Amino acid sequence: METTLQEKKIFDTLKKYGNNKSRLIDILHELKNELAENKKAVRKILSEKLEISAAELDEVISFYHFFLFGKGKYNIYLNTSITAELKDRDKVKKAFERYCETPFNSVTQDGLIGLYDTSCIGMNDQEPAAIINGKIFTNLTPYRVKELVQGIKSNKPVEELMYENSGDGNNSHPDVNSMVYNNIRRKSIILNKDYPVYSFLKKGIKEMTPEEVINKIESSNLRGRGGAGFPTGLKWRFGCRVPSNHRVIICNADEGEPGTFKDRVLLTEYPELVFEGMAAAAYATGSDIGILYLRYEYLYLLKFLNKKLIEMQASNLLGNNIEGIKGFNFNIRIQMGAGAYVCGEESALIESLEGKRGEPRDKPPFPVEKGYLGYPTIVNNVETLATAVKILHFGPDWYSGFGTGDSLGTKLLSISGDCKLPGIYEVEWGIRLGEVLEMCGAEDVQAVQVGGPSGMLIGMKDLNNLNSIELMKWYKPSGMMVAEKFFDRKLSYSDLPTGGSIIIFNNSRDLLKEVVLNFMSFFIEESCGACSTCRNLPYIMKNKLQKILNGNGVKKDIEDLLSWGKILKASRCGLGQAAGNPILSSIFNFRYLYEKHIQSLVEFNSEFEIEKAVTAYSKFVHRKPVLYHLQ
Amino acid sequence: MIEKSNKKIIATASLAGCFGCHMSILDIDDRLLDLIELVTFDKSPINDLKQFTQPIDIGIIEGGCCNSENIENLKYFRQNCKTLISLGECAIMGGLPAMRNGISIKECLQEAYLDGPTVQENKEGILPNDEELPLLLDKVYPCHEIVKIDYFLPGCPPRADLIWNALTAILLGKDIELPYEVLKFD
Repeated sequence: METTLQEKKIFDTLKKYGNNKSRLIDILHELKNELAENKKAVRKILSEKLEISAAELDEVISFYHFFLFGKGKYNIYLNTSITAELKDRDKVKKAFERYCETPFNSVTQDGLIGLYDTSCIGMNDQEPAAIINGKIFTNLTPYRVKELVQGIKSNKPVEELMYENSGDGNNSHPDVNSMVYNNIRRKSIILNKDYPVYSFLKKGIKEMTPEEVINKIESSNLRGRGGAGFPTGLKWRFGCRVPSNHRVIICNADEGEPGTFKDRVLLTEYPELVFEGMAAAAYATGSDIGILYLRYEYLYLLKFLNKKLIEMQASNLLGNNIEGIKGFNFNIRIQMGAGAYVCGEESALIESLEGKRGEPRDKPPFPVEKGYLGYPTIVNNVETLATAVKILHFGPDWYSGFGTGDSLGTKLLSISGDCKLPGIYEVEWGIRLGEVLEMCGAEDVQAVQVGGPSGMLIGMKDLNNLNSIELMKWYKPSGMMVAEKFFDRKLSYSDLPTGGSIIIFNNSRDLLKEVVLNFMSFFIEESCGACSTCRNLPYIMKNKLQKILNGNGVKKDIEDLLSWGKILKASRCGLGQAAGNPILSSIFNFRYLYEKHIQSLVEFNSEFEIEKAVTAYSKFVHRKPVLYHLQ
Repeated sequence: MIEKSNKKIIATASLAGCFGCHMSILDIDDRLLDLIELVTFDKSPINDLKQFTQPIDIGIIEGGCCNSENIENLKYFRQNCKTLISLGECAIMGGLPAMRNGISIKECLQEAYLDGPTVQENKEGILPNDEELPLLLDKVYPCHEIVKIDYFLPGCPPRADLIWNALTAILLGKDIELPYEVLKFD
């Protein structure tokens, strides 16, 4: 390496993290520029100091979107989510390519600008959106792109390119300084600001034993809000079963399911509630380590959140003997992700926290027994923790007054797509989907994706023979696509479960070509690659769908797709198991869309041509391709 | 061998595979004795029979297609078998051999026969082009892209229990039940 300045920075960074290889993600974030400039040399020092092989290092670097790319001085990450596509992403993309004079997923010749496709960045309510050097740019248009690129070419700092502090609420807080909008459209028990922050930590907690805290959460029947709906009280109870010197509370803020952005809003407007929830969980379970895993797309919130934590430490709401309770020691740090959907899966998240590739672990043991660094670990969703605080303050009976049957309380919905008022809606569980659509001003609706791409597509044809049990068979981890006759169904764990993502498509949309293909590309891009099923099948399935759309499909192709869906269930984690859902559920419920394209009289149609397939080999070895026996 | 009975006739083949799936068939252990009550093996590496001697009820294919011989063999099976099963990762998705699909055939051959670190004595730069050799395909194809496949049994290799459950279900005309414990790879 040429400059010792660079070397010094590497050694300083390593020192800062105590040469601890479990902090590799942080180290790589800080050394991003050095890595881009002189990968080999940096790699050598890192692998020596951290005692990991160069191959292991590459394995980690190549896993994360934001390490793999980002070679330009300005890096533009344009969101590929379906709502961006619906809002003319294509024009914006072409504008970027035209003004930067380079195609996407490459860097300009002078190394100034890198253009990259990027999976959902949590801005579905203000698409098309892009991240440029950590800052979010929303509602992009080709005209705006022209301005941006001109600004970049004259080397303006990224802050000058944006309309500073133009977002609402805390988005214009000096520490956030973003042009993002919260778009909170409906408030209920969680979002109502009727709760003086930290009241539970300051007062209520002293009147309760840890056991009582767990009991309260259990009797409220609070279920995990990430989508899977595991009972929170039970998880906390499991978390303190195994004896251990340390216990860990992790707040999962890696919301990667396309279409969800509720955690973004909670962390912007209600961070106190989230951190207090973590502290309450720590008190209940006797945990001392707290980590908020924040997706890298929300980097713009980091400074703001860190300041909140420092404030809490200063007033003894975090630290040792919190609020004078002897032995209640708990601290929180924020860990940035680096761009990987699968890290939303709790065991993959833990792997990532330990500085490795975010590949889900084989279970058992479950994280509540053996999680982060081997300690019992409880991973809760942002919304779950915020809700827990309100339950502890107002009581489980108050909470049970809202919601329905097996789904008590409220749910934050992230609504986007073809509707007048995209944004965050807090609704009571049990609300009819039709009412949700009225609420957000959606008209001429063809289908609704409830729960993101891993969800399901439900149409009119199968409605009569579809019951909840069948639905639940397909549901993993959250949601489904729903068509008109189905809009009377109610959002709840037993009927229409959801992690909160609601994407609406009107009748002008081509569900297969626009929506399903986009969702499949998402799963192909985001597979961690650990299981061959999830690594290969979504790709094969997407090709098959393309074959059908090309007019070469036969009935058997649809059956093949269905049987591969079953094979996908062999994958290790819920995300891999759900990777075929866009196709499976659309066949299940919109089968007529497939049948429209297939050749009904042909039994089998292979697109394979042996003459073409042997040409490359025959040419290279100078051999005449004799194929008479195959004719 | 040609005696008439009610037994179903099975044939098996390994294309671009490693014979691991065939090992897994043997791994059904003493249930082989039960199986033999229900079926007769025709063309198969298990009995080393090279040609079909009668129409086949169930053909089991291990491995995908990497060369012209695989294609010929697979088509031959399809013509002779009432039911055709893709057994294992390679037959269904190409598997390990398909790792070469991202690399051009030219590069593959160069590395294997000319430039690779383990190439020692090929000074004349001979490439495999004898007419007796099958022709390599541009990539490895899963079986279902060549012929119609009726059932897919996953695994690397598929567990013996999975093979047993599926075979008996097909033989007895029942639905194949594959619970997660039997299906999952690790």
